[in-house]
Amino acid sequence: MFMGASRTADPVGARNHARGMVDTRIEAMPTVPATKADDLPQGVEPDSMLWEETIGGGGYAAKELARGARLRLIDLKGDACVSMLVFNAAHPAERLNVADTLKVQWNAYLKAGQLLLSDMGRVLMSLVDDDAGTHDSFCGPSNERSPGAGPNWSPRPNARERLLLGAAKFGLGRKDLHPCINWFKGVRVGEDGTLSVQTGPFAAERRLVLRAEMNVIVVLANCPHVLDRREAYVATPVRISAWRGPVTPLDDPIRNAAPESLRAFLNVEEYFRR
Amino acid sequence: MSDAALVGLPRQIILDEVVPARAPWDHRVHAGETLRILDLEGNQAVDFLLYAADDDAERYSAQDTIAAQRNIFLRTGSVLLSNEGRPMAQISATTVAHHDTIGGACSCESNTLRYGHHTKSQHACVENFLISNALYARGKRDIVSNINFFMNVPVEADGTLGIVDGISAPGLYVDLQMLMEVVAVISNCPQINNPCNGFNPTPVRVVIATEPFEGR
Repeated sequence: MFMGASRTADPVGARNHARGMVDTRIEAMPTVPATKADDLPQGVEPDSMLWEETIGGGGYAAKELARGARLRLIDLKGDACVSMLVFNAAHPAERLNVADTLKVQWNAYLKAGQLLLSDMGRVLMSLVDDDAGTHDSFCGPSNERSPGAGPNWSPRPNARERLLLGAAKFGLGRKDLHPCINWFKGVRVGEDGTLSVQTGPFAAERRLVLRAEMNVIVVLANCPHVLDRREAYVATPVRISAWRGPVTPLDDPIRNAAPESLRAFLNVEEYFRR
Repeated sequence: MSDAALVGLPRQIILDEVVPARAPWDHRVHAGETLRILDLEGNQAVDFLLYAADDDAERYSAQDTIAAQRNIFLRTGSVLLSNEGRPMAQISATTVAHHDTIGGACSCESNTLRYGHHTKSQHACVENFLISNALYARGKRDIVSNINFFMNVPVEADGTLGIVDGISAPGLYVDLQMLMEVVAVISNCPQINNPCNGFNPTPVRVVIATEPFEGR
C-alpha cells in the first residue's frame, strides 16, 4: 500500500476523517440533548426530558437522577433483560436491598405500586406503571462463568461486568455491586422452592415507569437472563427515557398503599427535612 | 467423643463454642474443614455470610446460589456460590428440611418499616454483621443478602411471602464443608418481632472439625 492513499496519514486528514462521522445515527445510542427526544413520553414537555438512550444487547448505562424524576424502560422488541442497581447518590453505601424489598412488602413478585427499598429503611424508587409483570428479584446478573455469557470484551458480555463498569463510572467498585433486579424476564417460585423462568420472547413495547423517591444513581445492563438457555446471545434493545417530575405528594396512593410503604416514605421525607 | 451433637463430623475438633443469644461470631475456616451449626433450643435463626479470605470483595451471593440450583431453598447438597460464581462451601448435611436465603438480615432500619419506629432501638442482625466485619476492616458495603439457617420463608402461589413459624427443633444442625479459604460471619438473630426465633432468641453451638492428619 502506498501512503499517499491514506486519508488519515496526517493530523488534518485524521481530524477531517473523525469529524466526518458527525450525524451518524445507529440504534444503540443516546439522544443528546434529551430535549430532542425521538420518543417523547405522552404529556411530557421536551424541556423536562433528562435522558433518552437506547441500550443494545450487551450494553449498559448509568445515570444520576434527582428525587421526583421518572425513569421509563421500554422493551422495544420483547426480548430485553435489564439488570438494575440503585444507589443513594449522596451516600452510595446506601443502596437497593432486594431482600428487604421483598420481605417488607410480603411479596415475591414486583408489580405496579411497589417500592424498591434501600438497606436504610427508605424507598429509593417506586414502580408507578408496569404492563410487563414478569420481573425477577431472585437470580441476579449473569457472570463470566454463566453458560452463554463471556467476558466483558467478548461479543457476549456478562451482566455483572456491565454493572461493574456502570458503577465504576461513579467511582464505585466490586464491593458496591449488590443483589440486583432483572426487569422484563420473570421467575416464579414453586411450592418446593423450584424456580420456573419466563424468558419470553414477549410482546414488543412492554414498558415500566419508575419514580425516583431519593436522589439516586441507577446502573442498567441489558444482557441475556442468567438462566436463559438459548444458544444465541439474545438481548434486544431497550429504550431508556427519564424526565423531571414533582416530588411525591403526601396524598400519593402508592405512598399510602400499605403501612410499611407509608413508613418507608416517612423515613425518606425525614431524610430530606432541612 | 461421646457427645451426640458431634456425630457424623470429621474426628478432629478444632473449635467448639456456644454463641450466646443475640451475639455475633466470626472465624476463619480453611478449605476442607466442616463448620457445624447446632440449633440448641429450636427455631433459632442464624444469619450467615461468607467472605473469601484472600479477597473479601468475593463473598457469598444468594442470587448466584439460587440461580445455579434453580431453587430458593438451601438443602443438603446445596453449593454456596460467590458473587464471582465460584463454589465457597457445600451443605454436606442438615437435619432440617430447608433453610432460607431470600429473607435477608433484620436491621434497625427495616424494623421501622415492618413493625414501627418503636423498634428502631432494638438490636438487629445488621448491627452484628457490622461489628464482626469491622474486625476485618469491612463495612456497610460488605453486607449483602445472607443465609438464614433454621429460618422458614415460604413463597405462596400468588407471591405472598413471609417469615413464618420455623421447622427446626432442639439439636438439629447444618454442616458446611468449605470449598475455599473463608471467613464465616454469624449473627445469632436477636429479632423478637417475628417468629424466626420463636419470639425468644437462644444460644447456638458452632463446631469446626476436620479429618486428623495421618502423616507418616
